[in-house]
Amino acid sequence: MTTLPIEPIPPPPETLAPRPEARWESLRGVNASDRVYQGVLTVLALALPFLMIVLLTQLFISALPAIKRFGLSFLWTSTWDPVAEVYGAAPMIFGTLASSFIALLIAVPLALGVAIFLTEFAPRWLRQPVAFLVELLAAIPSVVYGLWGIFVLIPFLRTYVVPPLKAVLGWTPFFQGVFYGNSLLAGGIILAIMIVPYIAAVSREVLLAVPSSQREAALGMGATRWEAVWTAVLPYGRAGLIGAIILGLGRSLGETMAVTMVIGNRHDIGLSALQPAYTMAAAIANEFSEATTTLYLSALFEVGFILFVITVLVNAAARLLIWRVARGTAVGSKAL
Amino acid sequence: MRKVTSGIMTALVALLSFTAVLALVLILGDLIAKGASSLDWNFFVKNPVPAGESGGGVANAIVGTGIVVGIAGLIGLPIGIGAGLYLAEYGSGRLGFAVRFIADVMNGTPSIVIGIFAWTWMVKPVGGFSALAGSIALAILMIPMIARTTEEMVRLVPHSLREAALALGYPRWRTSLRVVARTALGGIVTGCLVGVARVAGETAPLLFTALGNLNFSTDLTHPMQTLSLQVYVYATGPFEEWHRLAWAAALVLMGLVLILSLAARWVTRQRYGRVR
Amino acid sequence: MVASANVRLRLETVRLTALFGRKAAVQEVSILFPAHTVTAIIGPSGCGKSTFLRCLNRMHELSEGGWVTGKVLLDHIDVYAGDVNPVQLRRQIGMVFQRPTPFPTMSVYDNVAAGLRVNGRRARHELDEAVERALRQAALWDEVKDRLQASALELSGGQQQRLCIARAIAPQPEILLLDEPTASLDPAGTQRIEELCHELKRLYTIVIVTHNLQQAARVSDYTAFLYMGRLIEVGRTSDLFTKPSIEQTEAYITGRFG
Repeated sequence: MTTLPIEPIPPPPETLAPRPEARWESLRGVNASDRVYQGVLTVLALALPFLMIVLLTQLFISALPAIKRFGLSFLWTSTWDPVAEVYGAAPMIFGTLASSFIALLIAVPLALGVAIFLTEFAPRWLRQPVAFLVELLAAIPSVVYGLWGIFVLIPFLRTYVVPPLKAVLGWTPFFQGVFYGNSLLAGGIILAIMIVPYIAAVSREVLLAVPSSQREAALGMGATRWEAVWTAVLPYGRAGLIGAIILGLGRSLGETMAVTMVIGNRHDIGLSALQPAYTMAAAIANEFSEATTTLYLSALFEVGFILFVITVLVNAAARLLIWRVARGTAVGSKAL
Repeated sequence: MRKVTSGIMTALVALLSFTAVLALVLILGDLIAKGASSLDWNFFVKNPVPAGESGGGVANAIVGTGIVVGIAGLIGLPIGIGAGLYLAEYGSGRLGFAVRFIADVMNGTPSIVIGIFAWTWMVKPVGGFSALAGSIALAILMIPMIARTTEEMVRLVPHSLREAALALGYPRWRTSLRVVARTALGGIVTGCLVGVARVAGETAPLLFTALGNLNFSTDLTHPMQTLSLQVYVYATGPFEEWHRLAWAAALVLMGLVLILSLAARWVTRQRYGRVR
Repeated sequence: MVASANVRLRLETVRLTALFGRKAAVQEVSILFPAHTVTAIIGPSGCGKSTFLRCLNRMHELSEGGWVTGKVLLDHIDVYAGDVNPVQLRRQIGMVFQRPTPFPTMSVYDNVAAGLRVNGRRARHELDEAVERALRQAALWDEVKDRLQASALELSGGQQQRLCIARAIAPQPEILLLDEPTASLDPAGTQRIEELCHELKRLYTIVIVTHNLQQAARVSDYTAFLYMGRLIEVGRTSDLFTKPSIEQTEAYITGRFG
């Protein structure tokens, strides 16, 4: 640091600086309003953890009678007998997993195809319209899907899909039995259509988050459009894409109305997709109002509790995976 | 050879997209084809008639949807927006991380589970079903959704704008509200419209709360009918007439959801004009 | 710097150190800012000029992990004292940033009036007067006087930056902090703003951070050279640029580094 004399500047023709006390006064004060604002917002934000905790606790408490009575065997017992008051959720759990599995089988190629098409291949003028249309699929209410499922999908399956399926694959255990309409297959297909927009939207965001340098590097080395996608873009976004798929899984596990309207609502475990089945959500929707005894109701609450815990875990896993690719942004939370 | 593969894959991807869009077109097409013919003036202003008779409408359901969703919005939107503003303004710490994570996880919660929860807290203690219980269930669904979209929209506002306001001597609360949130308002409104649209189509949380009502009612403390419940009852009922009405009611419901979704996009286009 | 008796000081920093967490971006900088002068802060990228500037109106503490030791004296009062309200302080110091940041949802008029309104001044005639005065001082009045209600976004980049200057001076702060105000402008816009500095210093005390040495030479009365957070040399601009006493200063000015 050096010291240099400053030459005096002629003082400008105006009044002297304000007296120190006046200056002090004008600078003093406390910011109460900021504290209040932060306080109000914090309280509102705490509603979320509050709801979560309350939800978990209440479901558990309501499920307690059934938990005490059946213990862990609830998970693998197949009997569901309101008269004898024996309840086992195995068929529902099976049906939930099976229908979601079928749904993913169909939805993942469709959704990833849409996402890849929109981010990599579609001409610019096509992107917005197609994206909008796919998003619209997410806006259709579940009950409307169910309606369509009952009166359009099932007849269509019965006439055009199941006969060829049985002809070709009827020897496998998956397509045995008579197809009456309401079935695991119908449930799986409806679920597939319902989760395509979710997986597609999140996948699209994940792919958009992949830096274009990855793409360009591959193209620069002489790769074709598709090769650039397959070797550079997809591997980079792999974690996020898996997250998107798991998110779709989470949604399909909890879908209620459309499923209960087409799946047949039967407590049965069977490998055939042509047979009626049941999911946890459908069972609650179907039987809650008929549960006349405490134990019956409690069993349904236990089903709800299990369903809630499963979806929380699945969603948490999905979010963590997506977070790794697109750090902390609200990917997939927007319209959906 | 590689070019051929690339070409085939491109075509495949396009085909898959086309299939997805096709599904949408089919469903909407069926709605219109099967439902439009039943839409007449009576349909909108009359109440349902006894089972087996023909005619009647869904006036009670339309009004009911409006009331239940409206009240849900009154409860859920302020809390959701407040939580979203919290996350954007003060959410970089550990509490913010927890709230954000919980919101994301709750966004995937099955709505039937929320429904039976609302039943336990709002219906069982009181001994009766009510529209209010339904609204509360829908509000619980809405809050995490709105919180995240609000946060995301507010975060889009450039940091430099916030700094400019603070440097002018705006206190933090005023910066947050008058400058930042005000700039993000279009996006926040969009998020709200989308949230309301989604909730308007819900049935599961209402099954054991609002229950449904064959008569016209605006009483919050009693069961109320909504379009979604109406579609469910009619679709799963035994009468052909009911099936016909189910399509029409579904078309009206879809129309409502569509209007809200389009309004949401319209608001964003006005303010941002972003292209993705 | 040693001040002689009849020079009024507006602003002074005493061993100011600015940190982010444990890293110091500005180290023990002591500078005097005489009233009605323009002082330029120069130095290579990352030397802490902007951080230093932001300490003067307590904006630094709003950054993640930002804190300060040392003093900043405004009219001999330490603005970092415990009972000083930073919000009030910032109302008395104007700041203009590198990029124009007009409030997008407000009109030209409302933008300029924003600083006044936040101070509680609402009387229409008072605002009208202040807005016109500020816009004239910022040399923008003639261009916008017919469209005061138009959105601020309709102005060009250079006009928006002058709007930000008008917004900063409307509440008549005594100190004006400019952080590379012409960095995103074209030469014509840059020239306008440099001319403004000459005029504005009659009323305000200005501190300008710039990476453009010619600009510093054109615009300022005093110049301070910062390097790696430390003050290397400070003095009259004419002296510093023609016969700098420290080798590092000379090296920077002649372009040998930075």
